[in-house]
Amino acid sequence: MSDVTDTSTPERPAQLPAQSPPVDPAETAAAEQRAAGRLSWWRGEGGEGARRNLWLIGVLVALIVIGIVTRPDLYGNSSWVWSNILVILKLASVVGVVSVGMTFVIIGGGIDLSVGAIVALSGVWATTVATQSYGAGGMIFCALAVGLGVGLVNGLLISYGRLVPFIATLAMLVAARGLAAELSDKQTQVSNNTTINDIASTNLLGIPLLVYILAAVVIAGWVLLNRTTFGRRTVAVGGNPEAARLAGIDVKRHTLLLYALSGLCCGIAAIMLTAQATSAQAAMANLYELDAIAAVIIGGTLLSGGRGTIIGSLLGVIIFSTITNLFAINGLTTEAQNMVKGGIIVAAVLVQQLQFRSLTQFLGRNRLTTN
Amino acid sequence: MTEHSRDLSRRRLLFGGAAVGAGVLLAGCTSNETEPIAAQTKGADAAASGNAAPGQKVVIGFSAPAADHGWLAAITTNAKAQADAYSDVEFKTVEAGADAAAQRAALSTLISQKPNVIVMLPHDGKELNAAGLEAMKAGIPVVNLDRAFPDALAYRLQIKGDNYGMGVAAAHFIIDQLKAKGVSNPIIGEIAGTDSLELTQERSKGFADTLAQNGLKVNNRRPAEFTADSGQQAATSLFQALPKIDAIWNHDDDQGIGVLAAVNQANRKEFFMVGGAGSKKAMEDIQADNTVLKATVTYSPSMASSAISLARLIAQGKGMSDLVELQVPKEIILASETITKENASNYLKLGF
Repeated sequence: MSDVTDTSTPERPAQLPAQSPPVDPAETAAAEQRAAGRLSWWRGEGGEGARRNLWLIGVLVALIVIGIVTRPDLYGNSSWVWSNILVILKLASVVGVVSVGMTFVIIGGGIDLSVGAIVALSGVWATTVATQSYGAGGMIFCALAVGLGVGLVNGLLISYGRLVPFIATLAMLVAARGLAAELSDKQTQVSNNTTINDIASTNLLGIPLLVYILAAVVIAGWVLLNRTTFGRRTVAVGGNPEAARLAGIDVKRHTLLLYALSGLCCGIAAIMLTAQATSAQAAMANLYELDAIAAVIIGGTLLSGGRGTIIGSLLGVIIFSTITNLFAINGLTTEAQNMVKGGIIVAAVLVQQLQFRSLTQFLGRNRLTTN
Repeated sequence: MTEHSRDLSRRRLLFGGAAVGAGVLLAGCTSNETEPIAAQTKGADAAASGNAAPGQKVVIGFSAPAADHGWLAAITTNAKAQADAYSDVEFKTVEAGADAAAQRAALSTLISQKPNVIVMLPHDGKELNAAGLEAMKAGIPVVNLDRAFPDALAYRLQIKGDNYGMGVAAAHFIIDQLKAKGVSNPIIGEIAGTDSLELTQERSKGFADTLAQNGLKVNNRRPAEFTADSGQQAATSLFQALPKIDAIWNHDDDQGIGVLAAVNQANRKEFFMVGGAGSKKAMEDIQADNTVLKATVTYSPSMASSAISLARLIAQGKGMSDLVELQVPKEIILASETITKENASNYLKLGF
């Protein structure tokens, strides 16, 4: 705003060399306040998400540097580098979509262990012979409806049935995979629908459709969390359910909706995964629940709820798929890869705790000295 | 009733109706009617030998893990179909449950029912060794399918596939093809199955040993999990690591569905691929010769059919008629066969 007033007085720059600029005490005070405001935003609660994300981007850069150092032959080829970025994003797309739903559930104070099983059930249900006869639209509707339906059942059990989320979704993990095995008769169901299969091979403007789907889900999730009442209620319910209830939020209904949202994300992921594998089976999306939870945690979302970011979760997923890629291009074993992944999860949580603790200590000391 | 609440109830009704409608529609979508996959059996009428003629009544108990994979599903289907082919066999199957402990419990029930012979595919040979011993002690001969017991007293007959031999066969095919094409310094990729399983390690060892004998090596190896989606991801990683590939061995045809999908998605056609296990779809692809899949090395679930036939002979005290011995041998290891375009038509009936 002050920039506008500056440019509206064009004769002022001419005066500058002649004499020192007239000091407007009100303006400097405002500028100082603005600078202080920016700093305290950076240090305070609001900037915390951004700081965490910066740390994750640092990890990502470090991984890419390791890639450049270990395989200079590959990274020297610019077309390979571009295709590699797309492959990393494509590998991250399915778990990324699942993680968006998971972020909501965890911010809302819950956990969803059944996501991998829901992906498998939705995928299998959408590729039965009967569903395939309805064409691509029928298959997509089926996957979304099954995901949403299973999510609703989870939500009902947890909010109105008063089951602990861990137990309810653990039961669903087992049951949904069982139903998927029953439906598929334990066979791998091949998708003969070229429209569905093409989802995984279509590129728009040189970028895979799967990456657009991931981007759309992430943007929708970001808007929902940061710009709507639903998002603020999610944070409130996760932070302090009793206070949220007293503030007039229907906590039970909101919890139900969170699990339904997670289920819907799984339905979307199921279509993406089925398209990639051109098939579905009961054992697919194995351990995706762990991948998604790990990504959400290193993304800075509190496991106890009440705080978290969608972008952090996305970065978490991308870090994991970059590690997978890094180990693949160096021909290293997946055992070593899993150990590194475990290490990164622990390191991420430790660093974030340290950061937070030292920061509060620093601020506390500052306040003491100024007083 | 106020205007507002009437609106709400109408909205609820609409939502409820839509939900029920979707539910009915979805329930209709669970049907999976396809042509049944023909089981791999040898009919009683096929052989002119005396062994096929109905003999003494035999009760065969059968136990195999719940199938989460096409191969295991084929094992159960084959065993049942082969038993049905004999008029003198009564087939009693018990669910093996989710793990070794559940299978052990199921087997004790089976043993107490005193069948003439037990055919079992254990969750884990080491963990079910005791169950084999218990049955043998109770005087019931045990036929172990595929996953060996460490203790020789725990089984009467061991019939299994040759995992190491699969790797050898795949390597031989690749070496021959590369020689025929005159490729020097070939780039070879491997997409393995679940890495923690002994069978995967044996397959990889056979592959690496045979390649090493010929001065070749695996340039990059990515394990998958015997599922199509994990195969797709492992293959995508492999392609990214190796910008140019000459040959790939993929351990399993079920995960191969995903590998072939990845091939199309990455638009890579410069290499040829060898599969593993011998699924019906892989054989059809090989026969049609329109994908990179040029061969597959078998690990055939037809062993379940053979196990039932041999179990019947053991119970009736007969030997294998082509052999001199009067009793069935103690161990049979099936050779891993290489299916190519030329012989695929012979093997199609064995595909699962």
